[in-house]
Amino acid sequence: MPAPDLTILVIDENAIRASIIEEGLREAGYNHVTVVQEVNGIARIIETAKPDVIVIDIENPNRDMMEHLFQLTRTVSRPIAMFVDRSDTALIEAAMEAGVSAYVVDGLKKERVKAILDMAVHRFNAFSRLQRELAEAKSALEERKIIERAKGILMKMRGLSEEEAFALLRQTAMNEKKKMSDIAQSVVTAAGLLM
Amino acid sequence: MNMNEAGSSLGAPSRIAGAEPKLLRAGFIPLVDASVLIAAAEFGFAPREGLTLDLVKDVSWANVRDRLAFRQFDIAHMLSPMPVAAQLGLGSNPSPTITPFSLGRGGNAITLSTRLFERMQQVGGIAETATALENAQALAAVIAVMKEQGEPLPTFGMTYPFSSHNYEFRYWLAAGGIHPDRDVKLVVVPPPMTSDALAAGAIDGFCVGAPWNMVASERGVGRIVAAKQDIWPSAPEKVVGMRPDWAENHPETVARLITALDAAARWCDNPDNRDALAEALADQRFLAAPVHIIRQVLAGEFSLDAKGNRRVIPNYFQFHEAHANYPKPGHALWIYSQMIRWGQAEWSEAGMAAAAGAYRPDLYRAALGTGPAADDLSTEGADVSDAFMDGHVFDPSALSAYVEGFSVRTKSGLPTPPDEA
Repeated sequence: MPAPDLTILVIDENAIRASIIEEGLREAGYNHVTVVQEVNGIARIIETAKPDVIVIDIENPNRDMMEHLFQLTRTVSRPIAMFVDRSDTALIEAAMEAGVSAYVVDGLKKERVKAILDMAVHRFNAFSRLQRELAEAKSALEERKIIERAKGILMKMRGLSEEEAFALLRQTAMNEKKKMSDIAQSVVTAAGLLM
Repeated sequence: MNMNEAGSSLGAPSRIAGAEPKLLRAGFIPLVDASVLIAAAEFGFAPREGLTLDLVKDVSWANVRDRLAFRQFDIAHMLSPMPVAAQLGLGSNPSPTITPFSLGRGGNAITLSTRLFERMQQVGGIAETATALENAQALAAVIAVMKEQGEPLPTFGMTYPFSSHNYEFRYWLAAGGIHPDRDVKLVVVPPPMTSDALAAGAIDGFCVGAPWNMVASERGVGRIVAAKQDIWPSAPEKVVGMRPDWAENHPETVARLITALDAAARWCDNPDNRDALAEALADQRFLAAPVHIIRQVLAGEFSLDAKGNRRVIPNYFQFHEAHANYPKPGHALWIYSQMIRWGQAEWSEAGMAAAAGAYRPDLYRAALGTGPAADDLSTEGADVSDAFMDGHVFDPSALSAYVEGFSVRTKSGLPTPPDEA
């Protein structure tokens, strides 16, 4: 059950990922969500927003700055702990794996926090997947381009047809146990040196 | 979908008796004081003990602490106060942590903006060769003027609430008569950002490890005003942290690790090896910093500023000499004394035991069969070569009195930071 009365602060330098998380939290019924990318002036934001839960990406070097803030009793009136249920190792491992960390004010029921963390972990993972797919698509495109160029070079220099040039690249890749794009790259490099 | 891509080739595992691990995941922060861990992995000392160190670079001490706590790391490069804080239950994720091995001494320094330093010269009349204490007193004079004229007070950066940098910066300020919680504002700035933050005027000074002080002084944005050696030469800097249950379950691995680190530390201290060490540290996988700066830092050749003022600090880094690796419980108690002094902790009998127990000389001695002659709780700073900059002497058995003896300190639990700019 979502608990719309909880105030959540999301700190993420990655603007796209931050908005993906924010959207997820709002969809789940959390209306008090603040998202910041910049940690400058974060002490004031924490003082004003009084978040119950702070979600932060663990690649953020400013985590050490947060630790310092939590030491200053004036900034954070209630004690803060990482995660809330240390016995839930599966959740903690999933969070660390996904790259999320969470600070939670003392006294919050763990069930109420778990839903938020699950959501953050889920969205962080979705974002990583998206990024990976994007990178793969990009590299696939690059590979196709280089193979096209190698084909053109082989057709010109050895008088092959397009099919023959492609077959030659594939056969060579199989013989040498290499990727076709690697062979194509060698052809392009060699041609650049020889011509 | 590519089935023909070569998998990463791991070396044939060598066996250690029983089910003890031979591949250790070690977290580290890219700093020169990670040298011993890096040398152990890169120059054959760990493999000689049948261990492979998988060094994993991280971005924050909080991450290092959490990844060790949640078992993503077996061991970790840590600030010397981190195991003490962990055993005392301080911080946002305290999880039992001990250290059987210190990674050496030295490496830290305090750098102020050139603008602030020029003002210290004007107001305080200090020479280019002023001592650390004279510099602190000159800063106190400048702060008095700032208060008189209603100017914003200086903001200083350090690395982590439970860091040698925090306690050293505070020690230096207080020795000059400056209250670190009232007269200035201390903030946390990640070390790689310190030089830029100083240049941009976001901070007016910082205390961090090498090579970042040198980076700022070479750029002409900062002036080095004190080195760790000036404050207390024996202060431990970084340690190897591990979970006590892990150490208990893998005594053989711990002993082999200590043996490997001891050999690596000895190697790091040898001047003949410093070039090779500098080359390794400069690598992208580790510090990714200019090799000439690392070489200078290792040699203790300091550019104080960009105007050519230099200073050579003998033993700026001590990786092995004079029992630099011995995890002395008295040092852990000194850290506890500073935590009490600045209101992070309160004194208690249980706190004494917890703090001292964070440092484990028994594991060190079990592995190496040796250690310093002095008692684990011997007096610190009584000798001239080991003096604190303000002349105080620390007797671990009279810790409360030692803390009471400081005129500048913060009463327990209630630091009152100045308003945010």
